[in-house]
Amino acid sequence: MKETSKHVVITNELGLHARAAAKMADIAREAESTVWAIKGDHAVDAGSIIDLLTLGCSEGSPLTIRIDSQSDLNILNRIALLIEDGFGE
Amino acid sequence: MSDKETREITLKGIGASPGICIGKAYLVDKAGVDVVKKYAIHESDLEKEKNRFRIAVKKAKDDLHALVENSHEDFREHADILETHVALLKDKMLYGKTIETIEKEGVNAEWALRKVVSDLQTLFRRMPDAYLRERAADVVHVSDPIMRNLMGADPANVKDIDKRVILVAADLSPAETSQIQLERIMGFVTDLGGMTSHTGIIARTLEIPAVLGLDDVTRRVQNEDLLVVDGTRGEMVIHPVEDTLVRFVRRRMAYEVRKATIMRGGHFPAQTLDGVTVQVMGNIELPEEVVSVRDHGGDGIGLYRTEFQYLSRPLFPSESELFEKYRDVVEVMAPQPVTIRTLDINGDKAIARHSETTEKNPALGLRGIRYCLKEADVFKTQIRAILRAAAFGNVRILFPMVSTYDEILEAKRMLDEAAESLDREGAKFDRNVAIGMMIEVPSVAIMADIMAKEVDFFSIGTNDLIQYTLAIDRGNRHVSHLYQPLHPAIIRMLRQVSDAARENGVGVFICGEMAGEPIHAPVLLGLGMTELSMNPQSIPSVKRMVRSVNTEDAREMITDILREATAEGVRRVLQAACGDLMRDP
Repeated sequence: MKETSKHVVITNELGLHARAAAKMADIAREAESTVWAIKGDHAVDAGSIIDLLTLGCSEGSPLTIRIDSQSDLNILNRIALLIEDGFGE
Repeated sequence: MSDKETREITLKGIGASPGICIGKAYLVDKAGVDVVKKYAIHESDLEKEKNRFRIAVKKAKDDLHALVENSHEDFREHADILETHVALLKDKMLYGKTIETIEKEGVNAEWALRKVVSDLQTLFRRMPDAYLRERAADVVHVSDPIMRNLMGADPANVKDIDKRVILVAADLSPAETSQIQLERIMGFVTDLGGMTSHTGIIARTLEIPAVLGLDDVTRRVQNEDLLVVDGTRGEMVIHPVEDTLVRFVRRRMAYEVRKATIMRGGHFPAQTLDGVTVQVMGNIELPEEVVSVRDHGGDGIGLYRTEFQYLSRPLFPSESELFEKYRDVVEVMAPQPVTIRTLDINGDKAIARHSETTEKNPALGLRGIRYCLKEADVFKTQIRAILRAAAFGNVRILFPMVSTYDEILEAKRMLDEAAESLDREGAKFDRNVAIGMMIEVPSVAIMADIMAKEVDFFSIGTNDLIQYTLAIDRGNRHVSHLYQPLHPAIIRMLRQVSDAARENGVGVFICGEMAGEPIHAPVLLGLGMTELSMNPQSIPSVKRMVRSVNTEDAREMITDILREATAEGVRRVLQAACGDLMRDP
């Protein structure tokens, strides 16, 4: 069984703000199943900007991205890359 | 969340208008307009309602796209933000949830959207990081254009309120209060404002209980919540339990009984112990309030504010429209006097419905006589209407916001012109109206001996005079406690005006809030005021107070008061001299 979640850290200065969340949600919505963003014990739908914002991720926040279906592995990788890249900011 | 919502909460604010009411909350948005109405959608129409929402979202999206396309390259950054907004419009927490709410609760789209947005706001407010919290809260504003699209060109308005409610608002501007069907309002509660704010004055005028300056009541109260408002004590309760309700119902009965006792004395003349008759008059804003002045035993109208006919309408009122309104009031009161104050706002702004903040300092700006002298046509229309109404009773004309000698000369010249034009036209009018000026700007209080040569009476507008003299914005909670009618500087100023008036044989009246407080009556009579004008419902209790004053003693008390350095000191002297009169009637 391949890994279905990745741990990342928010590196951009402004945290996970609306525009960054929009980029992430854009990718997540391409997935076949729900993509989850998890901070602590709070899990939200990564396809919703507003849901992502409710996590309140500031710079340095650890975040777990999880997929429910192996077919979305590509999505998981793209999101992890986006976050590691500081959302291209 | 639900148990938290239904817990009884007591809040303390400023009791701006006495009385007690119990009723359901009606929330007015911070903009004052676009109150969202809730109504049920029949099952068979749910699909139609959801489509109405989808179309509103699509239009909002198209508008945003158009903005993006038209934005210059330099504004690429800005365009990114707009793209994010477009994405937010379709976000399932907003879009999906609203559709779901329409479906599940069978309600209209506006209400569903408002509910979803308000839930989101609650969610965001719980976020610990202040920066993120505020940024996140911004996103809910993307819902504004959707709401506008849903409500169309004519958004639901405070004027459409169709049941008896307690109005809950951040604050209400004069324009907004003028639109409310006031007979439907049981009480007012607001975040901002104080005793002498417009909402406070309106509430007292209409005898609606009001608790103002509650800071964040709009956040704590939801539409339809059960509230108790006790304007006498400045207290309100959200979600009262049964014991609380019983307690307040008892208090309300006691209040009504006490009020009735005082009311009964309202219709007898106000004569002091040493036989001086004082005219106790009513201030009005709406022609309909004349009834209230009569019911409370008023000896006339000491101040008829005329701004009302100029608020929230597309055009200036015509001469005949104004004439009809004035004549109504004048005829009902005849032979008692009606003091009509000419327009005391910036009429252009009122008509254009511009926000009041376009002038940085509206209180010091283009208003009152300044505006009227600049806009001669608007002014002349009003003066002609007043002179025509004067033929039907006892009219006095009063010019507001006069700050220099020339203004009063110019206003009188225009009054002559208006009379001449009416004469030429052969219209029915009366030129022999008493001419008065408001004393509300310190410059004319200081120059009162000179000004007295040009007018028949002074009317002291204590609200503004105190505000301008003490440099206190009475609507500003942070400084409103410094707004002190009994400040020695105010007492001295009043005396100076009163002395100048007496020496020149002109009348001196008080029409500010100060006159409506019974405890101030001994001071005002001691200063030589012969006429007090106030909110109609204060008339009986002020008359009652006048009857227990001896003007000889009051004058002696003033001598003592003038030695005091602080408002506190003045109050002490007043307390010592009339303490037995000041007990709660």
